[in-house]
Amino acid sequence: MKPEGQVRIPSGCAISAMISKNGERMSGEKIIESMKPMHDRSNGLGGGFAAYGIYPEHKDYYALHIFFDSRAARMECETFMNEKLDIAKSERIPTRIIAEITDEPLIWRYFVLPRRFALQNSQLDEREYILRLVMTINTKLDGCFVFSSGKNMGSFKAVGFPEDVGRFYRLEEYEGYCWTAHGRYPTNTPGWWGGAHPFTLLDYSIVHNGEISSYDANRRFIEMFGYKCTLQTDTEVITYIMDYLLRRQGLTLEEAAHVVAAPFWSTISRKDEAAKEQLTYLRTVFPSLLITGPFSIVLGFNGGLMALNDRLKLRSMVVGHKEDLVFIASEEAAIRVMEPDAEDIYAPVGGEPVIVRVKEGAF
Amino acid sequence: MGVNDMISTFEVVRNEQRCIQCRVCETQCANLVHYYHPDTGLMMSDESKCVNCQRCVALCPTRALKIMKNRCRMRENANWSQDTILEIYKQADSGAVLLSSMGNPNPLPVYWDRILINASQVTNPPIDPLREPMETRVYLGRKPEQISRKEDGSLDTKLAPQLQLSLPVMFSAMSYGSISYNAHASLARAATELGIYYNTGEGGLHQDFYRYGAHTIIQVASGRFGVHKDYLEAGAAVEIKMGQGAKPGIGGHLPGTKIVGDVSRTRMIPEGTDAISPAPHHDIYSIEDLRQLVYSLKEATEYKKPIIVKVAAVHNIAAIASGIARSGADIIAIDGFRGGTGAAPTRIRDNVGIPIELALAAVDTRLREEGIRNRVSLVVGGSIRSASDVVKAIALGADACYVATAAVLALGCHLCRTCQTGKCNWGIATQRPDLVKRLNPDVGSERLVNLMNAWKHEIKELLGGMGINSIEALRGNRLMLRGVGMTEKELEILGIAHAGE
Ligand code: SF4
Ligand code: SF4
Repeated sequence: MKPEGQVRIPSGCAISAMISKNGERMSGEKIIESMKPMHDRSNGLGGGFAAYGIYPEHKDYYALHIFFDSRAARMECETFMNEKLDIAKSERIPTRIIAEITDEPLIWRYFVLPRRFALQNSQLDEREYILRLVMTINTKLDGCFVFSSGKNMGSFKAVGFPEDVGRFYRLEEYEGYCWTAHGRYPTNTPGWWGGAHPFTLLDYSIVHNGEISSYDANRRFIEMFGYKCTLQTDTEVITYIMDYLLRRQGLTLEEAAHVVAAPFWSTISRKDEAAKEQLTYLRTVFPSLLITGPFSIVLGFNGGLMALNDRLKLRSMVVGHKEDLVFIASEEAAIRVMEPDAEDIYAPVGGEPVIVRVKEGAF
Repeated sequence: MGVNDMISTFEVVRNEQRCIQCRVCETQCANLVHYYHPDTGLMMSDESKCVNCQRCVALCPTRALKIMKNRCRMRENANWSQDTILEIYKQADSGAVLLSSMGNPNPLPVYWDRILINASQVTNPPIDPLREPMETRVYLGRKPEQISRKEDGSLDTKLAPQLQLSLPVMFSAMSYGSISYNAHASLARAATELGIYYNTGEGGLHQDFYRYGAHTIIQVASGRFGVHKDYLEAGAAVEIKMGQGAKPGIGGHLPGTKIVGDVSRTRMIPEGTDAISPAPHHDIYSIEDLRQLVYSLKEATEYKKPIIVKVAAVHNIAAIASGIARSGADIIAIDGFRGGTGAAPTRIRDNVGIPIELALAAVDTRLREEGIRNRVSLVVGGSIRSASDVVKAIALGADACYVATAAVLALGCHLCRTCQTGKCNWGIATQRPDLVKRLNPDVGSERLVNLMNAWKHEIKELLGGMGINSIEALRGNRLMLRGVGMTEKELEILGIAHAGE
C-alpha cells in the first residue's frame, strides 16, 4: 500500500475551537476535554491541536516543530538549518509516555530567525523566506517534516485519538488565547503523524472536517504559485489557498471566504449593486479556488480565527459564546463540555464566515 | 459505363409493394437519384449518385425506401479496401486532389470513450441537482495576476473583457457560405436564447444577423473575407483563425457554386469565384507577428473584446499554446483532428493533426507548469459529441467546449459527408434556395436550444454525482477521471490514473 502523500486518502473528522477576545490565556485542558464527547468522529488514526500565544518568551521567533524519523535525519536537517537560520533555542518537545500513543518519531522544536545575509541575498521577505525553507525541508530532506512554523504559536499532532494526543503532548501545561483541535477519521491509511491535523503554514493553521470534491482543481491551480501539495490532503490545499488569498493577494478574510465558499450566482443576483460587483469579481477572478463538497474549517492565525462551512453546509458546525469567549465545534456537546453555560448557540449559514479577532494589543 | 461507375457505395432498396409513385423522393433528392419511368409507371434510381443522406427515407410517406451499403462489393482485401480503390479510380479519372467533408471517419482511438468519470460514495455526499443549486456558468478571458484596490479599500473590479457563458459550450465556426442563411439564423438565435455564443466562421456576418452581435464571435481568417470595421465591432469577441482541426496547415475552401448572392456580398468577393483562403496569414509568419495582429485587433475594438486565437491540434501544440498565451490572446481555441469541415482535402482531413484529448491535456499541463494558465482561457473542439465529453474535457482542463457537428446534427444533418457539393438535402450546407428553405430557423433554433438544455441537465447530474456543485470546481480536476485500456504513456499525457488505481 502506498504511504500517505503518494495517494489521496478521504477522511471524516471532528473539530473544536475556543478563543478569548480579550486575549486571556487558557490552558489546553478544556479543549482536550471537548474532544471526548466527539470520540466516535475520530478513529484513532490522527488527532491534533493548534495553540496561539503559547510562546510569549520567544514571541519574535518562528517556532519550528519538526518530526524526525531518525537521529541522522535530525543531524542533516540541523546542518541545513544552521546555514539558513539563527537558532535561538532548540529542544525536544516534552511528551508523556502513555500506552495509547506509540511509534512516536523524534519531536523537536527550534526558535529561529532567518540569517540576515542569507535573507538579504534571497531578496525575499522574511515570511516568504521561512515558508520556502519549510517547503524545502519537507520535500527535499528525507525523514524530516516541519509541522508548525509560526510565531508565538504551535501545532501538536500525532496518530491517536485527540484526547490522548493532548495528554501525550502535556497540553494542559501550555497557555494560549486561542486553541483549535481535530480528530481524524481517515478511511484507509495506516496513519502518519504528519498527516494529522492541524495543517499549518507560518501562523496559519487549519483544522478541517470534510472531503472536498474540488481537490484536484484547487491543487493544480495553487501549485502554479510555488506551493507543493505533498500530502494530498484537503487541509494542506486549503491552507495553501488561504495563504495565497490572504497573504499573497491581500484579500480580507471575508473576501477569501467568498472565494472558497462563493455565494451562488442566484444569491449574488439578489445583492445590492456594490456587493454584486465585488462578489462577481471574486468569482470571475478566482473560479479555480472555489471549494466544493462538504467541509467545515477553522483557520487560526495570530490574533484570531475564522470558521467557515461549505456553501451547502454539508458538514455540521455550531458556534456558542460566553462573555469574551467564543466556542466552535462540530457538535454542540463539545461546546457544552468547554462551557456548560455557553449562550447564543447557533449553526452559521453555509458559506458565511464566522470571524473572531482578539482585541488589538492583547496578543 | 467506365471504370468509375463500376460500384456505387450505396444501394437504393425500394419496396415496390409500398411505393405509390408519389415522386416525393424525386423532388427531395438534390442529387437526382430518383426518377419516374413513364413507360413502366415505376420509380427508378441511379444509385451511383446516392450519398446516403437519408432525406428520401425520412420523407417517403409509405416508408418504402431503404438505403443500404451496396451488397455488390469488390473482392475483399485487408490492405486494399474498396474505398481506397475507388479513390484511386477517381483520381485516375480527374487528376485532382480528393475533397471530402465533416470529420475524420477512420477508426482511430477516441480517448473520450476510454475515460471514465468518478462519483461520490460514503465519504462525501453526491449532490442532487433537482434539489440543490448546480452552477454551470463560466467566464472566458484573461484573469489578473494580482488584485488591486480602489482608494476606499474596495476591490477594483475592472477586468480584461470576459465572455459569460451559461454553460461551457459554444457553437464553433461555420461560415455563412459553407452553411446556409437559415442554419446561421438558427445558430444565432439559439446562442442568444441560451446565453452562449456562436461563431461566424470566416465568411463575414450577414447584415440581418448584426442584431445577435452580443452572442456572436466574429472570425478573422487568412482570407480576411468580409472583414471591415463594423464587422469587427459587431461581435462580442474576435477570433483569429490560424488553423482548423479538419485541415491543419491549409486555409479554407468554399467552392464557387456556393458563392452566390448574399454570400458573395457578405464575403466581399465576386459571385462564383472559389473562396480559397491562404494557408498562412500572410502577415503572420511567426509568433511575434501573431502578437501584432492580436494587438491590432484589440486596438481596433478598443480593448473591449476578448481576442481568441484558434489553432489546430498539431504535434507541438503545448509549445504553440504557450506562445499564444504570451502573445496577448485572451482565449485559445484548440481544434482536434476529428473536427468537422464543409470541405477539406481528404488526405489532410484523414492524416494530419492529433486527438483533442491529448492536445488539451498537454496544453493545460504545460500552461500550468509555466504558471500562465490563468492568463488565458482554453476552449476545445474537434468532436465533442455529448455532455459526458464536455465533462471530461473540463476535468482535463478546458474552460469550455466548441461544438459544430453536434449542432448541425441537431439541425437535421445526417452526416453524409458531402457538404462540399453544395447539395445538402437538409438545407444546411447549401446555398440553393429550394434546399435552404427546408430548414426552418424557428424549428432549427428550438432544436439547438433543446439539445443544449439537455446537455446542461446531464452535466449537472454528472457534477452532482461527483459531489461538485459548480462547473468551476471541475476545471482541471483530473482526479475525477480514470482511464481504461490505455498505455502508461497515454495515461501520463492525459495526467490521469488508470481505473482501479
Ligand atoms: S417517396 Fe416513397 S412512395 Fe413516393 S415515390 Fe419515392 S419511394 Fe415511392
Ligand atoms: S450538412 Fe448536409 S451535406 Fe453536410 S453532412 Fe450534413 S447532411 Fe450531409
